[in-house]
Amino acid sequence: MAQKVTVLIGTKKGVFLLESDTGRRSWALRGPFCESWPINHVIADPATGILYGGGGNEWFGPAVWKSTDLGASWTHSSEGLTYGEGEDSIKSVWSLAPGHGGLYAGVEPAGLFHSDDDGQTWRDIPGLRDHPSRPEWQPGAGGLILHSLVPHPDDRSQVWVAISAAGVFHTVDGGTTWEARNQGTRCDFLPEEQRYPEYGQCVHCLVAAPGIPDRLYQQNHCGMYRSDDGGRTWDSIEAGLPSTFGFPAATHPREADTLYLVPLNGDVAGRFMPDGKTAVWRTRDGGATWADLRDGLPQENAYLGVLRQALATDPLHPVGVYFGTSSGALFASTDEGDTWTCIAQHLPAISSVETLVVDA
Amino acid sequence: MPDTNDRTTVTVVLPNALLTLFTGSEPRVEVAASTVGEVFDALEARWPGMRDRLRDSTPAIRRHINVFVDGRRATLDTPLAPGTEVFVLTAISGG
Repeated sequence: MAQKVTVLIGTKKGVFLLESDTGRRSWALRGPFCESWPINHVIADPATGILYGGGGNEWFGPAVWKSTDLGASWTHSSEGLTYGEGEDSIKSVWSLAPGHGGLYAGVEPAGLFHSDDDGQTWRDIPGLRDHPSRPEWQPGAGGLILHSLVPHPDDRSQVWVAISAAGVFHTVDGGTTWEARNQGTRCDFLPEEQRYPEYGQCVHCLVAAPGIPDRLYQQNHCGMYRSDDGGRTWDSIEAGLPSTFGFPAATHPREADTLYLVPLNGDVAGRFMPDGKTAVWRTRDGGATWADLRDGLPQENAYLGVLRQALATDPLHPVGVYFGTSSGALFASTDEGDTWTCIAQHLPAISSVETLVVDA
Repeated sequence: MPDTNDRTTVTVVLPNALLTLFTGSEPRVEVAASTVGEVFDALEARWPGMRDRLRDSTPAIRRHINVFVDGRRATLDTPLAPGTEVFVLTAISGG
């Protein structure tokens, strides 16, 4: 049966959808949706085809938007999305992930919620905020945000989360208790003798490798890392990259050793593409070596930034790779990153990019 | 509809940006309430979810929502005389 590819784009001013057939040569744009709310993350549950958009509006607070008809109509809810009266008010939803018979949401200030009714109602998973390190979590420039959610693919009791700037945390008991998982990741912003703390790392993005549940990758404020033991220890994979700084990371849908990153020029140097030349970097050997992918990307005066959730792959053959810029351009590759095309521009600042493939 | 002669009936004027979020909501509505907090409760009963859009978990009126009663900015506890008009407005915000 013919299939349709949708690139889901969360922006500072609503959700946009780009659609194509599996050839991915021409794209049609729809949007903006969600009443032009700032949407930090828009995803699709591949099992149901339901779209979810998490965000927050300065006037009306946080909500998760939902569409059961591929974007034609949307509803929203924040029922249960609270730490309770007198506690910190939730400002916005930052991350969404289907898993474990429902949907997870990460929010600002950092916390984790779960819904088992397709995003209509939410329940707090308080164990994370009860972690003894919680009083020492420091907000990054984007706030104290839970931005990465990695549910274990087979074991419902395990979830990894990443919080800026608290680090990676892991539960093996369904969220009741959590342990920091940051050993080996640096804090270059701390005094030299304190650069490897148990927690407090400024992790920017955490992703899981396909087929190997304990293989994780992360882009950190201070380096790029791989773990092969579920985050207990991390090894640097930054050698061969043009900087140690960047925001997003994306895995290949089938190859555990393939990872895409977008290194930027540095945290105090502008946070844009090094030398104004756009490149995505790819490893096919788990981070041992890297190749820069530039064919079709702007190589002159391109001071682009790519935010932490704005890089994604699709599950097709060959794999499509997509990234959105904070200046509102969307670039796509249909050959695993070898060549690129700009498929949308002049959008609002892009916060997130995800994909969905469904029967047409 | 509440009896307009009821001593606790007030009139609430809602902003467009809020109305677009709730199918069937109306820009001008009469509710029975003696405080702004009770107005939000009455709105919630009519259009589930609306209270969360206007009030945070402090609980307080959201920072960028203004509620005016008799020409003054109100809080959740502001008392309402019968027949009062309560204006809910979106503050200047964003970019």
